[in-house]
Amino acid sequence: MPLRSDIKKVLVIGSGPIVIGQAAEFDYAGTQACRALKQEGLEVVLINSNPATIMTDKHMADKIYIEPLTLDVVKRIIEIEKPDSVLSTLGGQTGLTLSMQLAEEGFLASHDVKLLGAVPETIHKAEDRQAFKDTMEEINQPCIPSKVVETVEDAMEFATVINYPVIVRPAFTLGGTGGGIAYTPDELHEIATNGLRLSPITQILVEKCISGWKEIEFEVIRDSKNNTITVCSMENMDPVGVHTGDSIVVAPAVTLTPIEYNMLRSAALNIVQALGVEGGCNCQFALKPDSFEYAVIEVNPRVSRSSALASKATGYPIAKVATKIAIGYSLDEIVNQVTGNTYACFEPTIDYLVVKFPKWPFDKFVYAKKTLGTQMKATGEIMAIAPTFEAGMMKAVRSIELGMDTLTKKVFTELTDEEVEKKLYDVDVDRCFCIFEALKRGISVDRIHEITMVDNWFISKLNNLVKLEKWLAEGELTDEKYATAKKYCYLDSTIERISGQKIKNRKLASYKMVDTCAAEFSAATPYFYNTFDDENEAKEFIETHPSDKKKIIVFGSGPIRIGQGIEFDYCSVHCVWALKEEGCEAIICNNNPETVSTDFDTGDRLYFDPLTREDVEALIETEKPYGVVVQFGGQTAIKLIKHLTDLGVKILGTSAADVDAAEDRELFDELLEKCGIPRPEGTTVFTTEEALTAANKLGYPVLLRPSYVLGGQNMIIAHCDNDVQEYMEIITATELENPVLIDKYMMGTEVEVDAICDGEDFLIPGIMEHVERAGVHSGDSISIYPCQNLTEHIKRVIIDYTEKLAKALHVIGLVNIQYVVYNHEVFVIEVNPRSSRTVPYISKVTGVPMVDLATKILLGKKLKDMGYKSGLYPNADYIAVKVPVFSFEKLHDVDNQLGPEMKSTGECLGIARTFGEALLKGLTAAGYKMHDKGGVLISVRDSDKHEVIEIASRFEALGFEIYATSGTASILNRNMIAANHVYRISEGEPNVISLLESGKINYVISTSETGRKPSRDSVRMRRKAVERSIACLTSIDTANALLECLEMHKSVDDVEMVDITTI
Amino acid sequence: MYFENNKKASLVLADGTVFEGRSLGAEGKVIGEVVFTTSMVGYQETLTDPAYCGQIVVQTFPLIGNYGVNSEDGYSASNTPTGYIVRECCETPSNFRCEGNLESYLAKNGTVGLCDIDTRSLTRVIREKGVMNGAIVCGDYDKEALLKEINEFKAERAAAKVSVKEKQTFTAENGKYNVAVIDLGMTNAIKNALLERGCNVTVMPYNATADDILGVDPDGVIVSDGPADPTEAVEAIAAIKALCEKKLPIYGTCLGHQVLALANGIKTYKLKYGHRGASQPVKNFENGKTYITAQNTGFAVDKDSVPAGVAEVTHVNGNDGICEGLKYSNIPAFSTQFRPDTSGSPHDSGYLYDRFIKMMEENK
Repeated sequence: MPLRSDIKKVLVIGSGPIVIGQAAEFDYAGTQACRALKQEGLEVVLINSNPATIMTDKHMADKIYIEPLTLDVVKRIIEIEKPDSVLSTLGGQTGLTLSMQLAEEGFLASHDVKLLGAVPETIHKAEDRQAFKDTMEEINQPCIPSKVVETVEDAMEFATVINYPVIVRPAFTLGGTGGGIAYTPDELHEIATNGLRLSPITQILVEKCISGWKEIEFEVIRDSKNNTITVCSMENMDPVGVHTGDSIVVAPAVTLTPIEYNMLRSAALNIVQALGVEGGCNCQFALKPDSFEYAVIEVNPRVSRSSALASKATGYPIAKVATKIAIGYSLDEIVNQVTGNTYACFEPTIDYLVVKFPKWPFDKFVYAKKTLGTQMKATGEIMAIAPTFEAGMMKAVRSIELGMDTLTKKVFTELTDEEVEKKLYDVDVDRCFCIFEALKRGISVDRIHEITMVDNWFISKLNNLVKLEKWLAEGELTDEKYATAKKYCYLDSTIERISGQKIKNRKLASYKMVDTCAAEFSAATPYFYNTFDDENEAKEFIETHPSDKKKIIVFGSGPIRIGQGIEFDYCSVHCVWALKEEGCEAIICNNNPETVSTDFDTGDRLYFDPLTREDVEALIETEKPYGVVVQFGGQTAIKLIKHLTDLGVKILGTSAADVDAAEDRELFDELLEKCGIPRPEGTTVFTTEEALTAANKLGYPVLLRPSYVLGGQNMIIAHCDNDVQEYMEIITATELENPVLIDKYMMGTEVEVDAICDGEDFLIPGIMEHVERAGVHSGDSISIYPCQNLTEHIKRVIIDYTEKLAKALHVIGLVNIQYVVYNHEVFVIEVNPRSSRTVPYISKVTGVPMVDLATKILLGKKLKDMGYKSGLYPNADYIAVKVPVFSFEKLHDVDNQLGPEMKSTGECLGIARTFGEALLKGLTAAGYKMHDKGGVLISVRDSDKHEVIEIASRFEALGFEIYATSGTASILNRNMIAANHVYRISEGEPNVISLLESGKINYVISTSETGRKPSRDSVRMRRKAVERSIACLTSIDTANALLECLEMHKSVDDVEMVDITTI
Repeated sequence: MYFENNKKASLVLADGTVFEGRSLGAEGKVIGEVVFTTSMVGYQETLTDPAYCGQIVVQTFPLIGNYGVNSEDGYSASNTPTGYIVRECCETPSNFRCEGNLESYLAKNGTVGLCDIDTRSLTRVIREKGVMNGAIVCGDYDKEALLKEINEFKAERAAAKVSVKEKQTFTAENGKYNVAVIDLGMTNAIKNALLERGCNVTVMPYNATADDILGVDPDGVIVSDGPADPTEAVEAIAAIKALCEKKLPIYGTCLGHQVLALANGIKTYKLKYGHRGASQPVKNFENGKTYITAQNTGFAVDKDSVPAGVAEVTHVNGNDGICEGLKYSNIPAFSTQFRPDTSGSPHDSGYLYDRFIKMMEENK
């Protein structure tokens, strides 16, 4: 069937801010969807609150609303835009849930809007636990014994019937939020209570725990003609019990004979047909390791993280095909763009193995629980393509940026054999490294399997690496040994370290193609990965496709993590597009399967590989590019700059020496002195003693951080010697290559600037001001554009300093500078001569295409030529407020108090004519609920007590009941504010915890001198607020901002919707 | 781990290309036609598929042997390919039915194998140049002499080798129909599927005459899959011609599809590199749907040579458009290039057996 004639204008609902469980994969899917719709000549209306996405770019849709993803907002946009259809399946769970609500309320029918992708009946059958079970029963698909319950009592009763352990899965939550495995009635009570609260329909599923079974997934596509195919099978290394998002996954499935494989494949096809999905669908199965028994775990009738992985793993563009199906096409009408001459109605065959490895935020959250379960904790992932699992793991471990190049993790090497064996019982983020260590200690494959239930196949493969490393360490490093190690994708530096010998004849990687068909047909879209075979298909491709264009490689940003998120993919992709526009051949190298940058048709060529020195060297050797771009791929890319320079590659943009001048403390200080720009006083230290001396000399509070980091990793504000000691102990636990920076901490207004420089002129699209004063990481602050509270004089100083710094650092392209305004004086905090996380949003609200301009400058153009004047760009008509979004409910034991270390996973944007309205939109989009009465619990540190008086009095004036812990209560009461005194946890009961559980509290304002350690009272209180989904404000400034919104007595419904394409 | 095995072996192709790797399974020298299969699972089925008789099979998926081997699976009792090539053979397989690893299985069955070569590179050679003869040799060899041998190699009548020698009868529980299968190299999947559907099965040798076949009083005839060029199956072609005149229900699958076509005056031709794998898309014109099928063929029916009024093309390949199915106009017969439902391949095409049974029912 061709394009449906009744579709002319489609509303696409995006997935909102990046949170754990819903990340960049939906920008990838949404972008593919928008492009597919536009290709068909349809008018596209887009709504997404996430400004860092590519899908919210002006040329992605005809109308773009960066507005809160609430039901009311979507309804208003439908009323304004009058689309004839809504696409429900490309915006993750958020998009699916909103679509279903619109349909169920009858809103879509009454407005004559069709639901494309998945109809309500399909969504209901897949998502409602009981309906799903009934549907599976009808088609004889086995489910795990389970029961849907709405009370804790029913959950407890059912558990006694099916026996412990049981799994709790809340209905309609992201990434299994609020779920878990309960081994005892006590645990069940806690998990069930939590799950019921988090489920928007107060419903949980209690099911028999089948942990230890194999977890197998199929990605399926079906069209309206009932053509149904599987794109890819996947097998989780971690058996059932670990969320698939947290599991090491391989594609295709490896341990299944054709009987099991086809049994599950047929089951997947039957399920998708029974649900009536038209588009992509993910089916998850549990397979008993010692029989043909299986059970359907879950079905997602939409594109998902797994479908993004399957797309990248096979080359099959699931989201694009799903979109075309949604608007009427059938699979046999859609061309397979990878081969260019076959159709989408086929099952990809691959001739390599894909390994997906999750990226967890625990290198940042040192105190958080690292255990894995049914609730996803990873913020991102990488994918490695290799001919073997062993090689895939070697590539994966260096792509994931944990500072490792083998599976040996230092902490495990220090344990005794008994301790290692004991550690195997922990199902946590380090399990595969622990297995590796256990194998090295001679613990048998069978014993490890017995403890971990990880299939012997995986363990034996890891054991091959153990054997290989032993072999490498013994005797002479022969050519044969070297060749073997290279086949398993060991880096030369690793081989030299393990063997203790120099390599005589280095061999660089060659490239193989990903073509969806295992070389059965010749492919048109060049998508490559490196191996150590003789044949180099990339080289062949380059030779057979000669071009006069300048070849430029853009290095991407690797896995999504806190501090380096989707924004850098946005920048990389825009750079590629600008390069293509300028007539260059744009080549991408990245390893993140969730992103737009690794879509096979984003660049002219795609290299899906780790971003390490050696991997990059091979690429340079094969491509012989005119130049490379490292300034858009975050720290991952920019840290390659010195190595690339040493290789003699032309760096387009700011040079390695200048990047170093910005990062190296001493060089930077010299530069500032030359420019006459002040910065907070500070020094560098290596040891605890040095740190204590320096801190006392500077005077507390001081800011401590390692040099060369992004996202404020391991950055703290120390208020006393104890803090310094605790910090230095943690940071010196791993080897210190670079010193720790220690600075005087100035609690002023933080201001941020992104500038584009061409060596002569510089353009500042806008000055951003942070709501929270310095000390809260810039990524976690509410950021306002244009700045609201700076004097003209201060602005002039900032512009002047920016110009001086840009010139002194010879910036070509983008630079991000953070300032603090303290006592009417401007200090520079840091300069990053690269793109930053604010670039996408500032580009969107100012209309200045920052990455495009920067890219053209890299190629030699001047701002002048492109019609831009030097200096600050005129303010836009709108005010934009960026509000961070956190994933605290998924990360147990992480202190949610904001500080210098970044904790947010994503962001939302509010755009309006006034600051208040923009803030209201931003906060609403980030999930803050605007209550006009209720209770506020306040417990602040001494230094905040004065300021909190006004806050409390404003809450009181609004009609809120105030509760406070002793110190805060007494100061409030002394200042004539009626505050109810509440006990701290340690003071007895009832206390803050029981108060939070009582449901009386709408907002918590909590600050404390110290935090982090989960056992501390203040941390437990804040965690309780997170668990109860109560807004918890950990900065006086955030509380002020929220009050401003509350005092407007408005809701988002009262504020104009803004189509950003008109800005 | 392959560094523990050091027996050098090579693949020499007729065009002189050499791939050096290590010996796998039995050692020795074999010559055959080198073909590739894209199946990602089902190597045991591949190794026991009689249609690979006379061929050296290359697996495009690089990791083979992951779930080991067992005595329950497979298409026939013995190994058929002349040679077997994988990139990496898993030494430590894992599956609850696993009875041993692939390497020892190959050795035990005398299958000469080669591993640790770049199978993708080899596949690309075959794709670009078409299938050609080649040899797997262990250790050193005289290349010129070997090339001469390779180029002179001509497969003997493969069907004669893999077919039953005497007819064999299998009785289904409450068997309702008698089906004669002309065995040109059939897989036992066909037999099992028929037995499951209540058909007694008589397997006839490749050279059975029409009278031999009619002698078992069949309600219908299946012309089986098998190896090699369909035009070699002269006995079967002659027998089928006679059976067609009797208007006996006939279903031809894989090689049987081609042989049935030849018996009806339709031409066949050799494909450049064949269709071998478990994910060949086939479009069924009768309902407009596409099915994913398992196939193993080096030849195809020439759809332009189908005379009007004799048959119509019912299925075509979704990738290259070749004829994948025929329905005959004046006789109760149809055929498909792909395999019907079997346990080791996609289950999408089980409907073909049902159709055959319906045809027998209508003809009774």
